[in-house]
Amino acid sequence: MPATSDIGPGPVMNDPLSGVSRAVALSGLDPSESPLTAPPGVPAAPEGGEAGSTGSIWRLIGRVFVENRLAVVGVVILFVMLVFCFLGPFVYHSGQTSIILRPISAPGSCGKGLIPGPPCPLGTDVNGFDVLGRLMLGGQTSLEVGLAAAAVATILGVVYGAVAGFVGGWLDAVMMRLVDTLLSIPSLLLLIVFAVLFKPGKDVLILIIGGLAWLYPARLVRGETLTLRTREYVQAVRVMGGTGRRIVYRHIIPNAVGTIVVNATFQVADAILALAALSFLQLGIQLPQTDWGQMLSGGTGYAEDGYWWLILPAGACIVLVVVAFNFVGDALRDSLEVRLQQR
Amino acid sequence: MLQSVLVCLGVLVIVYVLFSFEGPQELARAILGSTRATPAAVAQTIHAYGFDKPIWVQLWRAIDNYLHLNFGISAQQNQPVATLMKVALPRSLLLVGASTLLALIVALPLGVFQVVRRNKPSDYILTSLSFIFYAMPPYLLGILLIMVFAIHWHIFSPVILPSESVWQIATSLSQLTLPMFTLAALTVASFSRYMRSSMMDALAEDYVRTARAKGAGEGRVLFRHAFRNALIPIITLLGLSLPTIAGGAVIVETVFNYPGMGLLTTNAALGNDVPVVVGTTIVTTVLTVAGSLLADVMYAIADPRIRYASH
Repeated sequence: MPATSDIGPGPVMNDPLSGVSRAVALSGLDPSESPLTAPPGVPAAPEGGEAGSTGSIWRLIGRVFVENRLAVVGVVILFVMLVFCFLGPFVYHSGQTSIILRPISAPGSCGKGLIPGPPCPLGTDVNGFDVLGRLMLGGQTSLEVGLAAAAVATILGVVYGAVAGFVGGWLDAVMMRLVDTLLSIPSLLLLIVFAVLFKPGKDVLILIIGGLAWLYPARLVRGETLTLRTREYVQAVRVMGGTGRRIVYRHIIPNAVGTIVVNATFQVADAILALAALSFLQLGIQLPQTDWGQMLSGGTGYAEDGYWWLILPAGACIVLVVVAFNFVGDALRDSLEVRLQQR
Repeated sequence: MLQSVLVCLGVLVIVYVLFSFEGPQELARAILGSTRATPAAVAQTIHAYGFDKPIWVQLWRAIDNYLHLNFGISAQQNQPVATLMKVALPRSLLLVGASTLLALIVALPLGVFQVVRRNKPSDYILTSLSFIFYAMPPYLLGILLIMVFAIHWHIFSPVILPSESVWQIATSLSQLTLPMFTLAALTVASFSRYMRSSMMDALAEDYVRTARAKGAGEGRVLFRHAFRNALIPIITLLGLSLPTIAGGAVIVETVFNYPGMGLLTTNAALGNDVPVVVGTTIVTTVLTVAGSLLADVMYAIADPRIRYASH
C-alpha cells in the first residue's frame, strides 16, 4: 500500500491554509527546478534563499510592505494591538486588583450594573473586573504566549528538521515517522491531556503549545534541507572539509530562513488560537490571570442575556490579531513565490 | 497499513506513558474519584490496575484492554467508558461528516471562482473573508451564531438535549444546523484557499497549455482539465485536516452542548476523569489515523500516476 501522505507525490503539507503554496515556495527558491514556468529570457529573480545572507531577507521584507497593502494593514493592526496591550495600561489605569461593584441602577449615571458606561467604557465582567483593562491584560498574555510558543516551536522544528534532512538515511526515516505519529493526533486533544496532567501556568503553556507545534516547521525545514543539501555550495563546503554541523548551521538554515520566517508568522497566529481554545475550555490560563480566550469563555454563559461586551471585544481582538499575522505571513510567502509572481 | 497500526500504537504508548508520569497514587485517586479514595481503596486500586508493575507490563495490559474495547470506568459518571463512548461517538461522527460535506460543497466552487476572478476585487474580498473565517475561532463563531440565530431570532435551538438520539438530531434541522455550520466554517476557509492555489498550480501545468494550444475553451480548460486535477490534492488535504476537524469538533460540541465525544472529553478533563480522557483521546486518534489512511487509499485510486506506478 503506498503511503502517500508523507513521502509520496502529494504536496508537502503544513497546515491546510497554505500547504500548496508553501510547497511551491520551496521549488520557487530553485528556479532550475521549474524551467517550464519561468518564461525564457526572464532570469528568475534571486529571491531570499539564493543569496543566503541575512541582508536579503530584510530586503525581501522591505519589498513586501511596499508592494502589498494587506501586509501594511496587518503590520498596522499588530502595532496598534501591541501599543494597546502593553502601553495602554500606563494611560488607562484600571485597578485589576480591585473589583468594581456598581448598583443595578445608580441614579444619575449611565453605568448600570455591568453595563458599559463611566467609569468603565466597556463595562465590567461577571467577577466585577473592568473589561477594558482586562482586555489589555489578557492581550499581554495572549501575545506573549503566542510569540514565545511560536519561537519555541520554530527553534525546535528548525533544528530537528535540518538534522533529519541533512543526515538522511534511517535516522531521517525514524525522525520523520515520529513527526507523522504526533501529527496524526488531534493536537487539541493532546493539549487537553497535558492540561489535565500539569494544570499549567503561563510558562508551562508556552512550552506545551510550542512543544506541540514544532512538527510543522520540522517537516518544512526537512523538505527544504533535502533540496539544499545537494547544492553546489554545500558540496563545496564539504570538499573544503567543513563539518556537518557547520553546513547545517552556516549554510542550510540561513538559506531556509525565508521559509522559516513565513512559517513562524503563521505559528504565532496558531499559538494564539491554541491558547484561546484551551482557555475557552477553562483548561488554560486560570483566574485571576486572564487571556482573551478565557474572557470569551467567561462571557459565553451570559450570551443569552445580551451582555455583548463580555464577548465581542475579546473576540474581535483575537480575530484582528490572527488576521493580521496571517496577512503578514501571506505577503511574505507570496514574495517568495517566483512562480506566481511571474505569471 | 503497517505504518498506521504503528502510529496508533505509538499514540497509545505516548498517552499512557504521559499519564503514568502522574504516579500510581494520583492515578488511583483519579480512578476512584475524590470522595471514595480512602488509603486502603487507593492501595487496592493500585494493585488491581497494576500501577505498581513495571511500565512495560502496564503497557501490555493496557493494549490488551483497549483491543478488547475495555477502557475502564469513568470516575465521574460511574459507567464504563466504552458505554459512554458508544453513545457519544455516532453523534460526533454525524456532526463531523455533515459539516465536512457542507464545507466541501461550499469551498470547492468558491476556490474555482477565486481563480477565475483572480486579482480582481471579488478575489480580494473573498480572500479577506476567508482569512477572517480562518481567524474566527469556532468558539467565537459558535457564540455569535447562538446570539444572532438562537437568542435574537429564535430560529435554531441553541443547545442539543442530551436525551436526543442520533436519528433525532440528524433529522432535526433546528438542532444540527448551527453546530454543523460552525464546524464547517472552520474548514471552508482552508479548503477554498487550498483549492484556489491548487487550481493556480494546475493552470500552470503543461497539459493546460496543451489544451489551450489545441483550442479548448476557457470553461473546458477550467473544468475538464484543471479542476479535476486540482481535486486530487484535496483528497490529501481532507486526510490531513482530520485532526483539525476532530479538534474543532471538541470545541463546537462544548459551545453547543452537543453530547458527542468532544463534550465527553472536556467534561472529563475539567473533572480530572483520567480514564475517560485517555479513552476518548485514543479512540479519536485511531479514527483520525484510519481516516488519513482512507484518504491515502483514495488518493492512490484517484491519481493514475500512482495507480499505474504501483503495478
